[in-house]
Amino acid sequence: MLPLAGLLIRAPWATLPQRLTEPDVLAALRLSLLTATLATGVCLLTGVPLAWLLARTTFVGRRFVRALVTVPLVLPPVVGGVALLLVFGRRGLVGEWLDSAFGITLPFTTTGVVLAEAFVAMPFLVISVEGALRSADARYEEAAATLGAGRWTAFRRVTLPLIAPGVAAGAVLCWARALGEFGATITFAGNFPGRTQTMPLAVYLALERDLDAAIVLSLVLLAVSVAILAGLRDRWLGTT
Amino acid sequence: MTLDARLVVRRPGFTLDAALSAAPGEVVALLGPNGAGKTTALRALAGLTDLDDGHVALNGRRLEDTAPEHRRIGVVFQDYLLFPHLSALDNVAFGPRCRGVSRAAARARAAALLDRVGLAEHASRKPRQLSGGQAQRVALARALATEPELLLLDEPLAALDARTRLDTRTHLRGHLSTHPGPTILVTHDPLDAMMLADRLVILEDGRVVQTGDAASVTSAPRTDYVARLVGLNLYRGRAEGTLVQVAADFALTTATPQNGEVFVAFPPAAVALYAARPEGSPRNTWPATVASVARHGDALRIELNGPVAVAADVTPAAAVQLDLAPGRRVWASLKATEASSYPA
Repeated sequence: MLPLAGLLIRAPWATLPQRLTEPDVLAALRLSLLTATLATGVCLLTGVPLAWLLARTTFVGRRFVRALVTVPLVLPPVVGGVALLLVFGRRGLVGEWLDSAFGITLPFTTTGVVLAEAFVAMPFLVISVEGALRSADARYEEAAATLGAGRWTAFRRVTLPLIAPGVAAGAVLCWARALGEFGATITFAGNFPGRTQTMPLAVYLALERDLDAAIVLSLVLLAVSVAILAGLRDRWLGTT
Repeated sequence: MTLDARLVVRRPGFTLDAALSAAPGEVVALLGPNGAGKTTALRALAGLTDLDDGHVALNGRRLEDTAPEHRRIGVVFQDYLLFPHLSALDNVAFGPRCRGVSRAAARARAAALLDRVGLAEHASRKPRQLSGGQAQRVALARALATEPELLLLDEPLAALDARTRLDTRTHLRGHLSTHPGPTILVTHDPLDAMMLADRLVILEDGRVVQTGDAASVTSAPRTDYVARLVGLNLYRGRAEGTLVQVAADFALTTATPQNGEVFVAFPPAAVALYAARPEGSPRNTWPATVASVARHGDALRIELNGPVAVAADVTPAAAVQLDLAPGRRVWASLKATEASSYPA
């Protein structure tokens, strides 16, 4: 708590309103919220099916895939950023093909930011959803099957509602992690105001020029995180 | 709708190999001790457990390679497995919805079924707001809502208290009699089996050991498990006429002459106990030692050790007079007319 208190004590309260409405701050905030939300969406779309595969099916190399999913959790984000560059960079394994076939370049774009954030935040969602799936009684899916529900219907109408709190918790953690992402983002997407400069990057940059600006940006980040977490907690997690 | 199945499921240390058949409208009880493979058999019929060998055929249609969702087999699970996030109505409507019935039609059918099981006013309740007996009825309505060709019930009354059990059993009996297809009922309770089923199939250690209607099974048990279930003393031995050698140095005289391997069965109440060797007595008389004394209904159930282990029922007055306590030596006697024998 002490570092947070320090932030509040040193905050330049007098000039706060004026600093908050600076276009750079608003742009960084907007970009952060947008990319974190998009990254969470990407994680939900790919992570929930992945968690289902890990929890409900057996396939060759499942343990390896599970280990792989958790790697970004322990990997220094900068290394993640370098790895992303090697794969999706203009000369990367996939990036070169994307560029020549579709004219798509990912590094140093907003899409790149989303990709970097999703890469780092994915384990939070997968682990949370997989845990919820494992603790949910798989026999409900069997009951659904005897009533004529195929796998997808059973998942959508029975399993998903049962694990909704776990998915919500995972999504919140995922979103919070994406919002604070720094290392992989700056490595893979760079630091272009309005395009790839998210709040954490803006904080870091401001720290070198103007301590008060850094404090203000940090406060905004803190306030947004706390507000969203508190709001979702009441709505989703409080009822479990 | 006729069921014909041979279920083979192999697990480490356990093999289920059971042939099952049931006629349209027939209720067959799969009765057996815990771990006999009853639930495995039911899961194999429903397609939730893969067969290692054998077949499942409904009306001649082979189902063993069909996914559970395409089998049209209704299941009432032991703990019901009502979907906790759906109301009773939506639980019952779930099956018809999955089979392509429109939402309105599915709900109408669900409402009618809930009305039939006497739960119309509980339609909007969530499963956790239902009592055990009510949940059981919703589970039955949910299974019937898909109009299954085969109905499976796994210990449908096991989770209920004694009073609810009585009501629900009567209720269930009424519904099973109106189901046009065959019903397989898994239970370890002989009373449930005899009250609800037309035919009993006794499963022990993965194998069918006896099958028949309640009367034939209870009068002529073929294993110790069934004998205990119906409360009979049971021995296996070699018969020569009315004399059956049931242990190396012990023979019983029975009512009807037989030859070869036979079972001998008699009720505990047919065994009389004496302090001294009875004179002019029936032919079956032997010395025994009291192993235990326990209350059994209005009588006392005396377990005896001797040439063979026997259970005897005596009145409390007789027990006092004989001073029956573990370790007490007595004479036991059995009228030959009370001991029935039948080929093994």
